[in-house]
Amino acid sequence: MDISLFSRHTEYEWEIAPHGTMRVPAIIYADETLIHGMDHKVYEQLCNVATLPGIVKASCAMPDAHWGYGFPIGGVAAFDADEGGVVSAGGVGFDISCGVRCLHTGLTVEDVMPVQKALADTLYKEIPAGLGSTGAIRLDREEMDAMLAGGAHWAVEQGWGTAADLERIEEHGRMRGAHPDCVSEHAKTRQRDEMGTLGSGNHYLEVQKVAAVYDAAAAEVFGLRENSVVVSMHCGSRGLGHQIGTEFLKKMVVAAVHHGIALPDRELACAPVNSEIGEAYLGAMRAGINCALANRQILTHLTRAAFAKVLPRAHLPLLYDVSHNTCKVERHVVDDRSRELYVHRKGATRAFGPGHPDIPPALRAVGQPVLIGGSMGTSSYILAGTAAGETLAFSSACHGAGRAMSRHQAFRRWKGRQVIDELAARGILIRSPSSRGVAEEAPGAYKDVSAVVDAADAAGLARKVARVEPLICIKG
Amino acid sequence: MRDARWEHFPHEADMGVRGVGATIEQAFEQAALAMIAVITDPEKIAASEAAEIACRAPDDELLFVDWLNALIYEMAIRKLLFGRFEVHIDAHCLTARAWGEPLNPEKHQPAVEIKGATYTALRVARDPIGEWVAQCVVDV
Repeated sequence: MDISLFSRHTEYEWEIAPHGTMRVPAIIYADETLIHGMDHKVYEQLCNVATLPGIVKASCAMPDAHWGYGFPIGGVAAFDADEGGVVSAGGVGFDISCGVRCLHTGLTVEDVMPVQKALADTLYKEIPAGLGSTGAIRLDREEMDAMLAGGAHWAVEQGWGTAADLERIEEHGRMRGAHPDCVSEHAKTRQRDEMGTLGSGNHYLEVQKVAAVYDAAAAEVFGLRENSVVVSMHCGSRGLGHQIGTEFLKKMVVAAVHHGIALPDRELACAPVNSEIGEAYLGAMRAGINCALANRQILTHLTRAAFAKVLPRAHLPLLYDVSHNTCKVERHVVDDRSRELYVHRKGATRAFGPGHPDIPPALRAVGQPVLIGGSMGTSSYILAGTAAGETLAFSSACHGAGRAMSRHQAFRRWKGRQVIDELAARGILIRSPSSRGVAEEAPGAYKDVSAVVDAADAAGLARKVARVEPLICIKG
Repeated sequence: MRDARWEHFPHEADMGVRGVGATIEQAFEQAALAMIAVITDPEKIAASEAAEIACRAPDDELLFVDWLNALIYEMAIRKLLFGRFEVHIDAHCLTARAWGEPLNPEKHQPAVEIKGATYTALRVARDPIGEWVAQCVVDV
């Protein structure tokens, strides 16, 4: 992207002044190299978001921002309902509440390596992954609605986990304000046999080793030590969330004219929070969040079952569970005033700073864990929210690396078998039903996640706590 | 005028699908093939089952996204892949038949699941040489 389009506030904060119909400025948090590497579409999309009614303070982008749909991926925007603010289906995206959950194991690398292959095979057998895979759970109409209202709470009530798990999930495992009756029959049908499935694309379940600790005190509170082993999973609300996104995107596009909203891009489809369609979307989208939380809870149960077969002394409590495609009602101080805002994070992670009441008491002094996924062969990171983050981008940080090349280019450059063999030579075992899928997800097809995380840390959005590296990756 | 055809175009995170043909119907059919090719080689898919699809929208562009989303939905709930299409359009009202077979991961080696068709890079139009083009980005 052309750097001359921005005015530079600090080394890591770049502003686009309001122009045209922009109501607020746009701000990107990144270093100069990352900005150079961003597509010009990020600029256009950030500016477009800034034109939406009721937007507050700024249209923000995280260091991993890239060309998305309507909103850039890595976009954060907050709206005030009392000022005509909107909720946007495009601003949440198709994979509602896609996120990352991290589990401790109580094991070290030395415990895992002798059974690495058996563990990889068992996890691959237990975790349904890839297109068309189905879970063992079938929900009838009543159970589906209970799941959509109850999220991970519902899953724990069914026996898939413990009450202690819920403490370590955003919203304590249940998103309030979910309305299963706002979710269409089509969406529920699409979900009927997808509970407890990983999905495909960039979704994964990894066994990882803690390779480096940057903040020993915070790592201690998070329970992370060098050489310890954790499990991370990246997935979302499956077919149900995709269908909710699809349906409301169209409804909002068609209704925008009636609401007097001029959409610079149809994908920015939105409706006033205080409108029938806005309220219906919020009810459905929150049900989608619960679906994602329940799904990751069931996958946690399956992971524990797999470990019990291979490493029975493993104990897998949650470190934390974050969602990075959401719209949530939060209080933030803007213009010296605490305001209730509808904060959209599209490919961005909430990163509450130390002391925030929504952080579990045991972690509160450190800040919210921020879980950043890498690609198959590369590092992932665990960060902590900062006090400074509140004044920057509504307590938000990045969510991942972002692609450096298209799936098409990646498929032409690599063969799945070659990628699997090269990673195996580095001690990383891949299990996937699709050789082409592995090629398209090759580590080289992604940007350098370390550069993104370093920029998030330096910008003050969140601070680095630990780096983890994969030992096993189950890929959809 | 060249034969009806499909192609992919790049999107940073996902994939653009484009169908080109002498009629809007052909463009829609070809774009559906382009979407299937994101998942697997359409020529690997046998035509052992058929499904009827119908959708209606305020304009041709919204109709195009509805068409792709209807296919995504049918494939998801029936656990199959379509490889052949026949489309009829009359005044923003689409009826179609799609043929395919049950998804077989070993045979089809599906690369990725498609979450939805988007309004990004969406275009349904007749180009200057008279060919119809239908395209958008699909989220994977």
